[in-house]
Amino acid sequence: MIQLQNITKVYPMGKRELTVLRGVNLNIEKGELVAIMGPSGSGKSTMLNLIGCLDKPTSGSYHLEGKEVSRLGSGELAGIRANKIGFVFQTFNLLPRLSALANVELGMRYAGGVDRARALEALERVGLSARANHRPTEMSGGEMQRVAIARALVKSPPLILADEPTGNLDSRSGEEIISILTSLHAAQGITLLMITHDASIAHHCQRIIHVMDGQVVGEERT
Amino acid sequence: MKKWLDPLSTAWVGVATHKLRSFLTILGIVIGVAAVITLMSIGKGAEARIISNIESMGSDLITIRPGSFTFGGVRSAAGGAATLTMEDAAAISERVPNVAAVAPSYSSSLQVVIGGQNTNSQVTGVTPEYMPVNNLELAEGAFFSEYDYQRGAKVAVLGAGVKETLFGDTSAVGQQMRMGTIIVRVIGVLDSKGGIMGSPDDTILIPLTAMQQTVAQPRTAQGERVVSSIALSVSDEQQSDLVVAEITSLLRTRHQLGPSDDDDFRIMSMEEIASTLSEAIGTMTLLLGAIAAISLLVGGIGVMNIMLVSVLERTREIGIRKALGAREHDIWIQFLIEAAFLTLAGGIIGVIVGWAVSYLVSSMGVMTTVVSADIVILAVSVSVGIGLFFGFYPAWNASRLNPIEALRSE
Repeated sequence: MIQLQNITKVYPMGKRELTVLRGVNLNIEKGELVAIMGPSGSGKSTMLNLIGCLDKPTSGSYHLEGKEVSRLGSGELAGIRANKIGFVFQTFNLLPRLSALANVELGMRYAGGVDRARALEALERVGLSARANHRPTEMSGGEMQRVAIARALVKSPPLILADEPTGNLDSRSGEEIISILTSLHAAQGITLLMITHDASIAHHCQRIIHVMDGQVVGEERT
Repeated sequence: MKKWLDPLSTAWVGVATHKLRSFLTILGIVIGVAAVITLMSIGKGAEARIISNIESMGSDLITIRPGSFTFGGVRSAAGGAATLTMEDAAAISERVPNVAAVAPSYSSSLQVVIGGQNTNSQVTGVTPEYMPVNNLELAEGAFFSEYDYQRGAKVAVLGAGVKETLFGDTSAVGQQMRMGTIIVRVIGVLDSKGGIMGSPDDTILIPLTAMQQTVAQPRTAQGERVVSSIALSVSDEQQSDLVVAEITSLLRTRHQLGPSDDDDFRIMSMEEIASTLSEAIGTMTLLLGAIAAISLLVGGIGVMNIMLVSVLERTREIGIRKALGAREHDIWIQFLIEAAFLTLAGGIIGVIVGWAVSYLVSSMGVMTTVVSADIVILAVSVSVGIGLFFGFYPAWNASRLNPIEALRSE
């Protein structure tokens, strides 16, 4: 599903350069549930952004479903994001002026068109069909993250990327979110990558990848 | 939901969430469009009114007036020369084809006495043809006949304005008045023309033959009787130019003008006057419209300003949309539509306001106004165009944002 070969990422910082990734090699099979752990600044978010086609590597190759995507233009990358990848963010990133339903519909907007029935179904799967017309500002953190998950899965992407999905939540809501994500993974065979600081959450995953100083330094299988 | 509807509803949400700001943004456009509509409608109204006035005088009317004369290097004012004569009128009637009727007239200011009242009025001696040639209608009474004219009957027909001044609301027909050395009886009153330039409203018409009994009509060196003007109607308006040309050559011959001499008369056809006037008003209207259009431009800059702020404020939203797979042109179109939507709303409100103002202006009787469809369509499409033009750069800015940086922004 995902093959990273010798990926580097260098950001120009004024006159100096900041090397964030120094030759990452990683293979992730279809249907895996993977946790990425590492200290702040280790480059794990950059790695996730590259995998999510939000950014392009400075060098190296990235094959997504067998297709080289690291040299694609911004329009093609947007197309991949629209159709193949669902994002779940630490800060939820919902549009505050839109209802939960409209936020979920936004997930389909750039992926072939809005289908209200499917949006409602996605909300039901995260247990929020009763709150479809509420705005994010009227919801708890856990509920907002569930809306975000519904938004990510509404277009049935093969890959879901979650960047510290429980980072802004209390432990009970966090547990809820993790159980939703893991059960989605189990039920639909979605490939799921998630960054987390929390070892207990990471142990819900089949595989834990440790990142440090811009490199994969080890991995364990649970 | 239809795919093309999505950007529209997104734009609507964008506009509706900042109602006050959206309103202030489009205020410039509203004022600009309203000003254009109002000024253009007033201009069009004035034009329409003048044209209808001229048409009421008869668009087949041609008027000949004496020109200026030069004597020892001194040029008199136009109309000062005594060059037109009864004989000229008769010659035109006989020799120029396509002339329906010719009406020479001689005007003079006379002392008019009614009862104890003594006023100075313009009295015009005319032939019976005067009435049809000038397209006049009677409010009451009758006009004098060919027989009255032949025998020099002492009868008068009053212009509406003169009747008002001399008799007020009381009936004028049948009343007597002294005019110079003769006493005339009023037999008719004309309908008001409300016209421009030498309107018959302000004159007393009597048979020219009667006029000669009290005022000595001057004669030229050749012994012809001088007139103040000659009005004539053409039988075929299409031939108007030809008639003017033929009269010119006829009068030049009769007045024995050499090839290097200027005409000593001036011929004005109503058609020509109408086109000159409406052209002048059209230019004026366009000028007013252009000044109003400047405020549209200023309004457009305001829209651009707000759109730039809006893009900045919604950087995170743009990041989210990009993460969800929005391409650059999706974002670009979203903001462009939002800008066009704002200015379209401004344009429509502006049309309504402009329409209301011009309605008010005409209903208060200040001026007649005509709101024409082409101006409305033009104003609305120009305002949409302004939105697209001034929204272009902000929308382009938005579309170029880096999704990761946009997501990180607060």
